[in-house]
Amino acid sequence: MQRTRVSHRLNAWVRHHRLSAADSLRRVLERPTASLLTWLVVGIALALPVSLALSMDNLRALGGRVDSQAQLSVFLRPAVDAVAGQALAEELGQRADIATATFRSREEALEEFRARSGFSDVLGGLEDNPLPHLLLVVPRDPAQAAALAAEIGALATVDEVILDLAWLERLRRLTELGARLVLVAALLLAAGVLLVLGNTIRLAVEGRREEIEVTRLVGASDAFVRRPFLYSGLWYGIGGGVVAALLVAAVFAALRGPVAQLAAAYGADWRLAGLGLIDAFGLVLAGGALGLIAAWLAVGRHLRLDPRG
Amino acid sequence: MITFERVSKRFEGGHDALRDVSFEIGADELVFLTGHSGAGKTTLLRLVMLLEQPTRGRVLVNGRDLSRVARRGIPAHRREVGVVFQNHRLLFDRSVFDNVALPLYIAGYDHREVGKRVRAALDKVGLLRHERAMPLTLSGGEQQRVGIARAVVGRPPVLLADEPTGNLDPALSAEIMTLFEDFSRVGVTVLIASHDLALISRLRHRIITLREGRLMGAPA
Repeated sequence: MQRTRVSHRLNAWVRHHRLSAADSLRRVLERPTASLLTWLVVGIALALPVSLALSMDNLRALGGRVDSQAQLSVFLRPAVDAVAGQALAEELGQRADIATATFRSREEALEEFRARSGFSDVLGGLEDNPLPHLLLVVPRDPAQAAALAAEIGALATVDEVILDLAWLERLRRLTELGARLVLVAALLLAAGVLLVLGNTIRLAVEGRREEIEVTRLVGASDAFVRRPFLYSGLWYGIGGGVVAALLVAAVFAALRGPVAQLAAAYGADWRLAGLGLIDAFGLVLAGGALGLIAAWLAVGRHLRLDPRG
Repeated sequence: MITFERVSKRFEGGHDALRDVSFEIGADELVFLTGHSGAGKTTLLRLVMLLEQPTRGRVLVNGRDLSRVARRGIPAHRREVGVVFQNHRLLFDRSVFDNVALPLYIAGYDHREVGKRVRAALDKVGLLRHERAMPLTLSGGEQQRVGIARAVVGRPPVLLADEPTGNLDPALSAEIMTLFEDFSRVGVTVLIASHDLALISRLRHRIITLREGRLMGAPA
């Protein structure tokens, strides 16, 4: 028996990895239809939760923009004139718990409304400006906004304070729920991918049972037997990841135009964020990892069935 | 080289395949193992290959007590024991060369060394011109010789053969046996299970006979 030195064994190990990788890839490519189907199944299963998660990210980004602008709209009583309003704004701006307080006169408000709402024709027909003077108050701590609103609302010059936190809260809760749903869907679909790939590898193991037995009889270790199947799993997984990345890119490319138009219709400068290059790479890696795990589980079950090792 | 010390093997269900078997085979010996089918020949070989473990007793190969070989040590042990199967057990999806090279790839030899050793082994069994052939295109005798080349290509100190001439005509069988004698002559321990008494009695080597799991003619 040959004494194998460490370097010899390392070389042998690297060589077998290379051989296994190439041989597995050849086997995957030898049956293009079957492999393509596997890739598509894995790709679609991965693309679904990723697309959902990306949509959630976009929603959250939108929510975040609104959130950072969380402010009180303080409507002054009609009797209050612009000078008094200005003074109140300055007074409020001095307070420690208020970041900024801006006075917006009723004329400015009308102008802005006209520009942004698209109702300029209708508004032009009005004889009188129906809008009151307005203070825009941004609290230092958004959590204190409600208390602040109550306090300011109690002032004699203030008609009404609108703090529309409710819909923000609802949006946040909805995105949280959405994120949870995405997580559940991702877990279920990942389990599905594991089963599909595991079954594919299991069939490959069945088809090469004689080869496995013979290689074990002539002295192959578990790792040696397992290796080509692990690579098969890796190739299926990576291929599936690539398909998933392409699918997601295609879906978002198709959505980008309509979303931009929708945003424009609301006068918002907002773009749909798609899958970045790094995310796409991560997706491919995730596919590969799933493939490896599936192969490991599938082969592990079958190694135990072999003649007593 | 191969030592059995009071080895018994009882399978689940109570069938006794081997009962209290003891013998010793020296390093340069060629020994025939004979007996009716079901006498325990295959079980005995499987114990040497560590495909089974004895219920009682000890098996030693090359001085190593096989009961002390851990599961992860089994592949290394099998690389020291070349095995020739009755039904060849060749892989039909690859060439003669790749079949013979399999143990070398497993042991981790590099390309050049594999080529050299495979060709030497194929030359030894007279199949060098067929290295690129697929096993199915070969005759039964040729396939068996590919199996022998695969068994010896890693130069194991021990060579086992289970009915290596089972499906061959007498002339081919004699040829195969000559090959085994050649390996024995260069120091390989050879143990051949065969019920071809006519053939093996002509060759002058020790014969171990099993009957219903017991060694015949063994000192009591």
